[in-house]
Amino acid sequence: MKLFLAFVKKEFQHLLRDRRSMMILIGLPVMMMLLFGFALSSEVKNSSIGILDNAKDESSRMLIDRLDHSQYFSVVKFLDREQEIDQTFRRGEVRIVVIFPPNFDHDLRHSNSAQIRFVGDASDPNTSNIVINYASAVVRDFQNELFGTMKMPYQITTETRMLYNPQLKSSYNFVPGVMTLILMLLGAMMTSVSIVKEKEMGTMEILLVSPMKPLLVVLSKAVPYLALCFVDVILILLMAVFILDMPIAGSLPLLLAESLLFILTTLALGLLISANVESQQVAMFISLVGFLMPALVFSGFMFPIENMPKPMQIISNIVPTKWYYSIVRAIMVKGLGFSYVAKQTGILVVMTVIFFVAAIKKFKVRLE
Amino acid sequence: MAETVIHTENLTRKFGNFTAVDAISFEVSKGEIFGFLGANGAGKTTAMRILCGLLAPTSGVAKVAGYDVYTETENIKKHIGYMSQKFSLYNNLTVRENIHFFGGIYGIPKRELKEKSEELISRLGLTQEADKLVGSLPLGWKQKISFSTAILHEPKIVFLDEPTGGVDPITRRQFWDMIYEAAHRGITVFVTTHYMDEAEYCDRVSIMVDGAIAALDTPEELRNQFEAKDMDEVFLRLARGAKRGE
Amino acid sequence: MNTLKYLLQKEFKQIFRNPTILRLIFMMPVIQLILIPLAADYEIKQINISVVDQDHSPYSNRLTQKLLSTGYFQLAEYGNSYQESLKAVGEGDSDIILTIPPDFEKQLIKEDGAKLHLAADAVNGIKAGLGTAYASQIIADFNREVREEWVQFPRFSPLPLVEITSAGWYNPHISYYLFMVPGILAILVTMVGSFLAALNIVAEKEAGTIEQINVTPVKKWQFILGKLLPFWVLGMVSITLGMVVSFIVYSILPVGSFFTIYVFSAVYLLGVLGIGLLVSTFADTQQQATLFAFFFMMIFILLGGLYTPIESMPNWAQWLTKINPPAYFIEVIRAVYIKGSTFKDLLPDFGMMIAFAIGFNWLAVRNYRKRSA
Repeated sequence: MKLFLAFVKKEFQHLLRDRRSMMILIGLPVMMMLLFGFALSSEVKNSSIGILDNAKDESSRMLIDRLDHSQYFSVVKFLDREQEIDQTFRRGEVRIVVIFPPNFDHDLRHSNSAQIRFVGDASDPNTSNIVINYASAVVRDFQNELFGTMKMPYQITTETRMLYNPQLKSSYNFVPGVMTLILMLLGAMMTSVSIVKEKEMGTMEILLVSPMKPLLVVLSKAVPYLALCFVDVILILLMAVFILDMPIAGSLPLLLAESLLFILTTLALGLLISANVESQQVAMFISLVGFLMPALVFSGFMFPIENMPKPMQIISNIVPTKWYYSIVRAIMVKGLGFSYVAKQTGILVVMTVIFFVAAIKKFKVRLE
Repeated sequence: MAETVIHTENLTRKFGNFTAVDAISFEVSKGEIFGFLGANGAGKTTAMRILCGLLAPTSGVAKVAGYDVYTETENIKKHIGYMSQKFSLYNNLTVRENIHFFGGIYGIPKRELKEKSEELISRLGLTQEADKLVGSLPLGWKQKISFSTAILHEPKIVFLDEPTGGVDPITRRQFWDMIYEAAHRGITVFVTTHYMDEAEYCDRVSIMVDGAIAALDTPEELRNQFEAKDMDEVFLRLARGAKRGE
Repeated sequence: MNTLKYLLQKEFKQIFRNPTILRLIFMMPVIQLILIPLAADYEIKQINISVVDQDHSPYSNRLTQKLLSTGYFQLAEYGNSYQESLKAVGEGDSDIILTIPPDFEKQLIKEDGAKLHLAADAVNGIKAGLGTAYASQIIADFNREVREEWVQFPRFSPLPLVEITSAGWYNPHISYYLFMVPGILAILVTMVGSFLAALNIVAEKEAGTIEQINVTPVKKWQFILGKLLPFWVLGMVSITLGMVVSFIVYSILPVGSFFTIYVFSAVYLLGVLGIGLLVSTFADTQQQATLFAFFFMMIFILLGGLYTPIESMPNWAQWLTKINPPAYFIEVIRAVYIKGSTFKDLLPDFGMMIAFAIGFNWLAVRNYRKRSA
């Protein structure tokens, strides 16, 4: 045990001395939290729109003014002919073009029916849809205001409540996602690469002839990354609570315990990779393509799993990140207790054991 | 006196407050085997890097093959060969490809390069292994190929940085035969080593302690001067006074 | 010139002998192009709804049927306890709860107005927003039907109406593949250029062979060019491969010209290689290089407009995207692929790419010191 601690100490010194790597390992979660928290959103703000005003009358001008003053849009271009729309889109100058028919004002006031056309650049279908929806809302408001609202008989009013996340903050979605991703990167990729590096350099042999059990040698290399994983988890939680105002709804000890379990899962994965490969580049390649990408795709934080084709939904079940992500979401956001995450926890435990056993078996074969 | 190929005067290199190389002066002449000894951290590697044009000195004068280390490093590089303690061939190229590559970047004409490399391969007895990846060969062979490659372009000086580290005694012996042969052809050999028996093979030996040259002479003179039975003892006497260790 | 030839020869031999790099070059396009576009379907197709019906009236029944008949909603549960349904939401079996209070029908008819409650699992805000919007719309439709049964409206609406029609150009079937595939092509080129090039140079540092090159007469620019050119070629190969894969798997071909794509890729790759070179000057080990590359790649991709539109970002982030090369390239590839933008349309972006190519390489070369001071 004493010897083991000495090895761990050596690995810690190794890691701590590499300032640049440390900066990145601590900086990565911070950067991701800040970007997701403050920079990224699919909400539409200040979308560029173009106007093709064939009417140029009072009503059309009022409506254009209304659009321009809304926080969602800014009118950046006035077109003269419909033929110009294509080029405007091709240059990426506007998201949508609003087309007013001639006699807009007249139609609106006299025949009680005027037409407005929205043409959207649907090369980004999501954004174009949202922009068109918002623009429609602005037009409807305009219409209601013009003519006032009438009290309707037999009115059903719908009261809507948003559970768990009343302000619809996106942080509730991505904080668990960032945790998952960082742990995968540190636990699986960094551990495996650092072990394989010793193999590649030939220094592994030296360690292996030391009076310590080979497996312990390998484990001692993983311990510093484990510690760092835990530091990052706490860092992310602190940022979530104090910078993003996202309280931890459930039990903190339970959350930390589950995180520890997942860290062990990633560590087991890292060991498994390092037992099977001989060069750093291969280790990186496998963890990048085999683990980080699926972690990103299948955890459900960037892409909704239920929308994926069936085969992919089935594959997602064997990706550990999916389960951890759903555990974190349940505890942190929904404030649920252990009984709700028992199934996911069980699956993670089973996975971890399988990975560990496979890795140890492989190491034994190689080392004996 | 033969032509001087390395000349230094008060050559100094500082890293911040630390003086790695402290005003060393010496001369090496053509065809000489010059041993460069010192404990770890004595400043050998720094001095060697300066002479190879990898590192600019802080002050002092140094000329290698007649070129100035401050301004004419590109010319120096054309006229030296270098072999480092780290193994410096490409493991994922074959023996022949390595020789071609290094010969090529030194500008040896294609036809001549072809002849030379075939001649070298057969001289080293590697005809069978010529198309094997270097990574699959034993260390001793790699070192021999490495040395031969370093002098393929007939440099004026070849710098050897602990060339025989980790090699068995027989291979070391063969390696020194190759060094003698090169020196005989007029190539100056500048070699650092940890093996004191190897120091005996050198024409002249300098011993660095704490960044300065503590002694410089033929092995025989040094033994007499320090009344020592071998170079080991000479080295220990000098190095014991060192202030900086590893 | 001869020296460069030898350097290039050596580099290509090593690359073709390295199975990892080859696998990376060939498998990355395939895996990324198949996995991500299939996954990146943001359209909310099916929402699981729990109906808590405490009224059990013909109207409550009709409303439930109407909700389910639209195809947006799938019935997760039908009961009369809100608590039960809340538990289902907690477990993730249900996304939205509609509560129909007792006496819903009675109040609606007798008292001219009734209330309904919707509660949505808002952890995924987009889904919650859409789900409640759909549900509200269906309820409003139901409301209108009921009203029409009881009130006779005049033939012409007394309310002036603005009729809105909308059309989405270039992508009439709202295909997310069409949106994601070109973006991923751009990311691919970025990764090959920066990550692989950086890793390659650092691997030589780690092995010590770079020292050996440094004492030879090989010049700085020759060494750099010898390193970068092969990866430039590989980058061009990988985008070609990516385009082939996207045609085979998704039948997506650029509307614009291949020429435009290749010209942009060629210049863009130079810039990206500069970034790779820059990373390699900061890193001493492959592990460090991977970390650096991953760090910057994350920023580049997140701020590149691949997932979220740039105009939604706050000002400081938008400013950052202006110096983010992938942001331009993603936009360019999308424009050419989907809208058929021509070289002339994208001239300003081309200018920026040239600026990046020069800028990053200048920085990298300045940083790369053959002769350490």
